[in-house]
Amino acid sequence: MLHAQARPTPAPSLQEMFDVAIIGAGVVGCALARRFALAGAKVVLVEKGSDILSGASKANSAILHTGFDAPPGSLELELVKAGRAEYLDIRDSLGLPLVTTGALVCAWNEAEAAKLEAIAAQGRDNGVAGLRLLNAHEARAGMPALSPRLVAAIEVEGEHIIDPWSAPLAYLTQAVALGARFLRRAELIEGRFGGDWTLATSAGELRARAVVNAAGLYGDEVDRRLGFAPEFEIRPRKGQFVVLDKAAFPHVPRIVLPVPTEITKGVVVCPTAFGNVLIGPTAEEQEDRTRATVETDTLRALLKRGAEIVPALEGVPVTAVYAGLRPASEEKGYRIFARPESRAITLGGIRSTGLSAALGLAQHALQLHAAFEGPPLAPVGAPAVHLPNLAETRERDWQQPDHGEIVCHCELVTRREIEAAFESAVPPGDFGGLRRRTRAGMGRCQGFYCNARLAEMTRGRLAEPLAVGEDEEPGRS
Amino acid sequence: MSGAMIDVIVVGGGPAGVAAAVELRRRGVERVVLLDREPELGGATRHCSHSPFGTREFGRVYLGAAYGRRLAQEAGQAGVDVRLGHSVVRMLDGGRLEVASARGAETLSARRLMIATGARERPRADRLLPGDRPIGVVTTGTLQAYVAFHGLMPFRRPVILGSELVSLSAVLTCLTHGARPLALLESAPNPLARAPFAWFPRIAGVPFHCGAEVIDIRGADRVEAVAFRRSDGAVETLACDGVLLTGRFTPESALFRQSTIGVEAGSAGPAIDQDGRTADPMVFASGNILRAVETGGWAFREGRAVGRAIAADLARDAQIAPPVPVTFDPPVKLVVPGLLRRGAGSEPAFREFQLRFLRRARGRLSLALDGSEVWAGEGTFLPERRILVPIPPGAAEAGAVHVRFREAG
Repeated sequence: MLHAQARPTPAPSLQEMFDVAIIGAGVVGCALARRFALAGAKVVLVEKGSDILSGASKANSAILHTGFDAPPGSLELELVKAGRAEYLDIRDSLGLPLVTTGALVCAWNEAEAAKLEAIAAQGRDNGVAGLRLLNAHEARAGMPALSPRLVAAIEVEGEHIIDPWSAPLAYLTQAVALGARFLRRAELIEGRFGGDWTLATSAGELRARAVVNAAGLYGDEVDRRLGFAPEFEIRPRKGQFVVLDKAAFPHVPRIVLPVPTEITKGVVVCPTAFGNVLIGPTAEEQEDRTRATVETDTLRALLKRGAEIVPALEGVPVTAVYAGLRPASEEKGYRIFARPESRAITLGGIRSTGLSAALGLAQHALQLHAAFEGPPLAPVGAPAVHLPNLAETRERDWQQPDHGEIVCHCELVTRREIEAAFESAVPPGDFGGLRRRTRAGMGRCQGFYCNARLAEMTRGRLAEPLAVGEDEEPGRS
Repeated sequence: MSGAMIDVIVVGGGPAGVAAAVELRRRGVERVVLLDREPELGGATRHCSHSPFGTREFGRVYLGAAYGRRLAQEAGQAGVDVRLGHSVVRMLDGGRLEVASARGAETLSARRLMIATGARERPRADRLLPGDRPIGVVTTGTLQAYVAFHGLMPFRRPVILGSELVSLSAVLTCLTHGARPLALLESAPNPLARAPFAWFPRIAGVPFHCGAEVIDIRGADRVEAVAFRRSDGAVETLACDGVLLTGRFTPESALFRQSTIGVEAGSAGPAIDQDGRTADPMVFASGNILRAVETGGWAFREGRAVGRAIAADLARDAQIAPPVPVTFDPPVKLVVPGLLRRGAGSEPAFREFQLRFLRRARGRLSLALDGSEVWAGEGTFLPERRILVPIPPGAAEAGAVHVRFREAG
């Protein structure tokens, strides 16, 4: 029974009554779990996948946005700013990195340059400080590798890079330390409201006083399963990304943003917290909510675009490629609905600023909840949680003695880090989860050297094992 | 460690690194440290279970880990300070290395560095293969590590991509470990290796398709299917549980990529001169980091030759001239050595230029020193095959060295 140890936590008994059930353990769900747990609520986080970040949240550009380009007066703007402020406030105590790159919104022709003034004005109206219009010479002084074709740029000082996987993990870890339950492989099948909620999931039935739908790509479907007529429709928008070798990193000290269009923020070139360079995303509408494929021609086009923006990126090897689906809806803004009569909140259509806004969305959801929930919750102190650092900008585990061995040489991941991940409050449920927690196998050789060792180390610990076993006739279909 | 200065640090305990370290000791170099990140010496030979190693250098055949044990014995007898479990993180200026070991981080320095970190197969991402990104897409090296070190298998019914010699080794590894390859796919119109591609896959019962382009890899968690377009345009989908990527070796040259020395566009390895010396005269390189990929025996001889050159270099310790780059015409992919230095050792480590072509080409290949032709040869040159051009005496004195190719027709 290879799967035995990877089974989900047994379903809480029907007798146990939760204050809040959160559907979906993406970045928003994890932030919700933390916020409600801190408010004193008994929380259960219900996730269909084997791990947190199994959907839209696993693939993004890792930018902590300022909101300079968010629609003026929008809830999205307010929540991006609130989320960002809270991240900056708590990230030190949680051990989360902040790479203070700043961003350049780059105009590559006169038509784009003509739009910069308005973008800067909107940014200032949005209450974002640290915006500066630069000529090409000034912009390239701060980033000499930018193509000389640059016409002009806006500097946005406050745009930063974070670790998009450790942040939500830290939020949930804090919630779990306060008693929150994390239920994996628990797809919501049906919810019934009769004074309280009874939620039937694939991992068992549970009861809760209130429910928050943070189901991302399935936000509309979960509303339907809760018995509501959905007020929005998810229209997945795919984004493909290329991650370049660390040799590219010195060339890209800043986030390079294009002048945005109506549809998308466009292709970004930016550093990652792990010392790579990211090019992406694309914006491709599709019906399918499950498959986020990469396509050879698109990846090639991204590489070409990257090298047009930063010529030194030409020929740098590709370390990773990935694609994600944004849970966009038929409207541009967030789709947030409170249904006080059935104590339900839906946070939908969080299409591309979820990482930045997650903590703000959680604050907002708590306010909506307070408006209809009778007995006030009793806030509790934040438990000390400190995540292992994976960012290159700070000290890593391999630099300390007694780490056992270096398992992944490209990313310098130690055996101690891998063991710690499995022994943590929110252990990895699948190989992707282990990679996101430790970076094992995420480097330039993509597991050429360490994948077999990892297969050995993770035997019996992951939902889908790396090795299929040593028997001649495997016992799996 | 003691404060005594290390003479040479060799990075990489495969054939090239061990041969260099042993040769340095034999030539009287006092303190030679050999670093390898693995628990045993041998490098890639440790998991290559089907290739015989050792015939040229030791006069007998060793398989897999046995060859590494022989290397360890050689290194021990020669008095090389072998440090296993040491991963070099970064190469700094002035002969310094940032090293990770079980003790944490440390910085080592030496009068000379010799980098012999070998080569590996390019991963799925770098090949820009389309589709989902499930578990079960691995390279031959990874498959062989599963089998050789852990007695595990990453799949049972893989589709294999590639048609180099290593691809046949991959088929054998599958067949001898209870896996049945469903097909062998090569995107090029012809197999990259010579026969036995004409007959081997057929005998093994594995369909072989040339000109086959992978258009989708499917699988939510584990690989479920591979779709490919055959050379006749028809699309075929195979239900499978893995994809085995074979060949397309690339030097493991990250230390150079992230240093001021850099790598060559064609070889993806560092440029070296006729002694194996890079642009930084303190830093040398040999073996498959120079040009993926040659046999273990080839790497061994290269390592030994560069070890000898380093010993001479240490004894001389004079200012060395700046290098002259060797230029070349497409479709030549790479030329090793890519630099020549005047006044380098009288007994160079490299007496021939090693060339590779990017694609099949017929025509006239020649070598010109300061514009005048000193060597020429005509023929059909195949991609990824080794071509040797003698480095004529006096070439190092030239101010311009060019490998010219004129395609026929």
